[in-house]
Order: sequence, then structure tokens, then C-alpha cells
Amino acid sequence: MTPEVPLWPLIGVAVIIAGFILRFNPMLVVIVTAIVTAFAAGFGPMAILTAIGTGFIKTRNLPLIILLPLAVIGLLERHGLRQHAQNWISRIKSATAGRLLIVYLAARELTAAMGLTSLGGHPQMVRPLLAPMAEGATETRYGKLPDRIRHKLRAYAAATDNVGLFFGEDIFVAFGAIVLMTTFLHEAGIDVEPLHIAMWGIPTAIAAFIIHAWRLRRLDQALARELGGAAEANVPATAVPAKEGR
Amino acid sequence: MILSIQHLYLLVGFILAVTAVMTLADRQHPKRYTSALFWGIYALVFLIGDKLPPALVGAGAIGMAVIAGLRGVGAGKHREPTPEQYQASATRLGNKLFIPALAIPLVTVIGTVGMSHIKLGGTLLLDPKNTTLVSLGIGCVVALALACWLTRETPVQGMRESRRLTDALGWAVVLPQMLGMLGLVFSDAGVGKAVAHITTSYINMDIRFVAVAVYVLGMALFTIIMGNGFAAFPVMTGGVGVPVLVGVYHGDPAVMAAIGMFSGYCGTLMTPMAANFNIVPAALLELPDKNAVIKVQIPTAAALLVVNIFLLYFLMFR
Repeated sequence: MTPEVPLWPLIGVAVIIAGFILRFNPMLVVIVTAIVTAFAAGFGPMAILTAIGTGFIKTRNLPLIILLPLAVIGLLERHGLRQHAQNWISRIKSATAGRLLIVYLAARELTAAMGLTSLGGHPQMVRPLLAPMAEGATETRYGKLPDRIRHKLRAYAAATDNVGLFFGEDIFVAFGAIVLMTTFLHEAGIDVEPLHIAMWGIPTAIAAFIIHAWRLRRLDQALARELGGAAEANVPATAVPAKEGR
Repeated sequence: MILSIQHLYLLVGFILAVTAVMTLADRQHPKRYTSALFWGIYALVFLIGDKLPPALVGAGAIGMAVIAGLRGVGAGKHREPTPEQYQASATRLGNKLFIPALAIPLVTVIGTVGMSHIKLGGTLLLDPKNTTLVSLGIGCVVALALACWLTRETPVQGMRESRRLTDALGWAVVLPQMLGMLGLVFSDAGVGKAVAHITTSYINMDIRFVAVAVYVLGMALFTIIMGNGFAAFPVMTGGVGVPVLVGVYHGDPAVMAAIGMFSGYCGTLMTPMAANFNIVPAALLELPDKNAVIKVQIPTAAALLVVNIFLLYFLMFR
């Protein structure tokens, strides 16, 4: 039949899935998976250590984006950045968590599509600004929030940053993924214009925006349902109907 | 080039070394020695990692995983201001607080877009391969200077704050790198080839719609396992995309590539293996459930996958 492909390394996939399901410490799961996979592929002990070490050095660029902004963000948080973000949003009376996140989703996706992927991110934008604003807007409407709602809003803020980034950046022609795709297809004997790949990403990008924005509207409705009863009285008090006179 | 990614590694190594020393000096720290060892090893990986024999770095990585697995990495006690102090400071500084925070992305964008070709004395100022990361590094240093000036704090306080947040993140900081390493080991060991072999030999792709669905869902599934759409693309496109969708059914390869990669990203939204996007933010936002971000993303990703199957089916065979 087909030429023999060794299937033993697939044990690694089983190990990692089992490890995550059984909720072992992820660091341990990953390192054990690496050892098992390399062993199943016939590596000796020194070759296993070398493979792990080389891989660990090659991927040092990954944590930079998290570690570098921490000093600035920490310092600003100590001086009330998160509180100020909440105060700032509470002045905008029409703001809700869902509307705020929809605006952010649109901005993030459009700027990423223009190649400006660094205009967002979890350490520098979501933690100090976006999540406190989502919490602040909800608090202005409904009063003090239970922790469960707070956590939900934060998770939505983080997810919105991801969705905006992912489905925006691939429309930008010079993005690494497009280079990777054209290079791979070229090696396979197919020549494709990078611009065409970017263009055909647009329908999915629009669908991603519609789906996620719709879910953010549902988030607003769910918040109103859950928290609305007690605090609904606050809202008309601030927005007095302008029907007098005539 | 004058500023390269190597300088950032040294900077991060220095920050981690300071974190390790501060941890070691913290007598009230519940896990003083193991935590200091953990951050100390990590600092060395950045400071001199590329000069050490790879096997030794591998042993260090295993050591870090063992310390993390035995719950040896803990957070120290940090004195935080009271809620009143926070509010007073927020009122006093007001919108000025936004300036350093927004300086990070602003400087990064200026560096990426405007300074990538600037030369000083005949050499490029920024590392051309890592313009964005190097610009981010410059942005963070500029923003730290602005923040210190604005709040009248010293950079030492900045280091303390950095340690407070690193403590809050714990070993989750290292997880993306560990998973990146695992991706490389997987491809060395031929895991991708084995998965592609199984999908192509056991699923009937004589029906065009099935072939499209296999490609889209395979990209997502493979990304869920590998944690990275870039790793899934060569495997699924080489295994199903090029030979079946283009070779047998003569579909448009540009559409296939675009929608295929986006299907991989749907997988990224659903997997703990993409720690940088899913697990680290949960830690950063202090969520008790480490999978909270993934749970919010799954409905969006799943709906989008279905949309992708139909988009690919109708757009690829126009």
C-alpha cells in the first residue's frame, strides 16, 4: 500500500490529551509529552535532552510580549490606572460591556488588517484598560457586581481581543502567515498571489465579526436579565425623559 | 543592525534575574527557595542560553517543569495600596495615566512602520527580522521612563511591580515557550506525518463536500493538538488540500489557503495548547478557571467553522 509512516509518535498526542483531561500541571504534561514523543521516535536520552533544549532556546521570543510590558503596567496600576479606566467609561452613559467590546472588536480587526497588530494585546490593553472598562460600564448600570459576572466580563474581553486579532491580521498581505502559505504552495508547485490569499480571507473575517458581535449583544441581554431587576431604577434617574414643555 | 532581538533577551534575562534575587531576599515568601530557583534558571536561559550546550538547557527546562509540577512556584507577599489610595491617585493623575499605557502600542507601531529601514552609520537600526518585537521592547522602555516621570517613582519600583505581576502569572509565563518547544519536538518526531496519514487513509474523500469538510475540520483539529495554525497548515494542506481539493477537484488554491488558515485559527481559539492567547490571559486577568477564555471562545469558533465549510465549498469551486 502506501509507504510506511511510523505511527508510534502519535502516543505523544494521546499523552497530552490525557494529561490535560486529568488536569495534571500543564508544564509537567508538556515536558513528559516531549520526552515520550521523542523516545517513541527512537531518540536516545542525550538526543531527547538536546531536542528539548534546542526547542526551548528557539522559542525564547514567545514570552517577550508578555514579560516586557509588565513593569510599566504594574507601575501604572499602582497609581490607579484600572480605577481611572473604570471612572472614564462610567461618564459615557450609553456604554455597556457589549457595546464597548463590539467597538473594540471592530477597531482591533480593522487595525490588524492594516498590519497594526501591536495596537492591542492582553498585558498592555486588556488587563489595564479593556477589562476594567467592561466592568466599569456594567457597574455604572447595575451597581456592585458579583465575582462570577466580573470573571465572565474579563473572559469576554480577552476573547474579543483574540477574535479581532486573528481574523484581522490574515487580511494584511505582508503578514507572516500569508508568506508561509505562498511559500508552501510554491514548493508544492502551485503559484498564488499573496494578495489573492488576503482577499479571500475577507468573507471569513466578516463572518467572524458578525458572529462575535452578535454574541456580545447577547451578553448585554444576559447581563440585563441577570442584574437588571434590582438596579433598573438607576438608569431612568440619570436619563430624565425630555418630554416636558410644549 | 544596532538593536537586535538578542538585546531583548538580555533585558528579559536581567528582569527575571532581578525577580529571582528579590524572591530569594523575601523572607516572608512561602516558597522562597524553589521559586527563586525557578526564576533563576529561566533568567539564565535568556542571559546565556544560546552559549550553553543544548542538552544542559533541556535539563534546565525539565527542572523548571518539575518545580512547577510539584507546586514549587508561589507568589510572595506584596504590599498594595488601599482602595482609597487607588482612587485618590486615579483622580489626581486622571487621563495622564493613559499616556504611558498607550505609548507602548504607539511606539511599537511607529517603530514597525516608520523605522524599519533607518540606518545609522551604514547599519540598520532595528533587527529586520524582528522589527515588531524590537519596537515593542523600545516602546516598553520609553513607556517605563514616562511612567516613572509621571508617578515620581524609581525604576526599582518598576522592577517590584514587574515581579508582582510575574508572581501573579506564575509558571503560566513559561507555558507558551514550553508548548512552542513541544511543537518543534513533534515535527522532529514526525507526528504531523502520522496524523495526515491516518486522516487520508481512513476517510472517504470521493464526495467533494466531505473532502472540503475534512480539510476545514482537520485544520481546526490539528491546530487544537499542536496549538498553532502554522504547524497544521503544511500537514493538512500537503495531505488533503493540494492532492485532493486542488489536484482532484481543481479548486482555487488561494481560497483554500485563506479559509484553511482561518479554520486553523478557529482551532487556536479552542485549545489550551495555544497558551499565549488562552491560558496566559486567564492568569493575567486573575480568573479562577484557567479555561474561562476558551469557554467563551468556543461558540464563536464552532459557528465560524461551519460557516467556513460552506464558504470554502462555494467560493473554491466558483
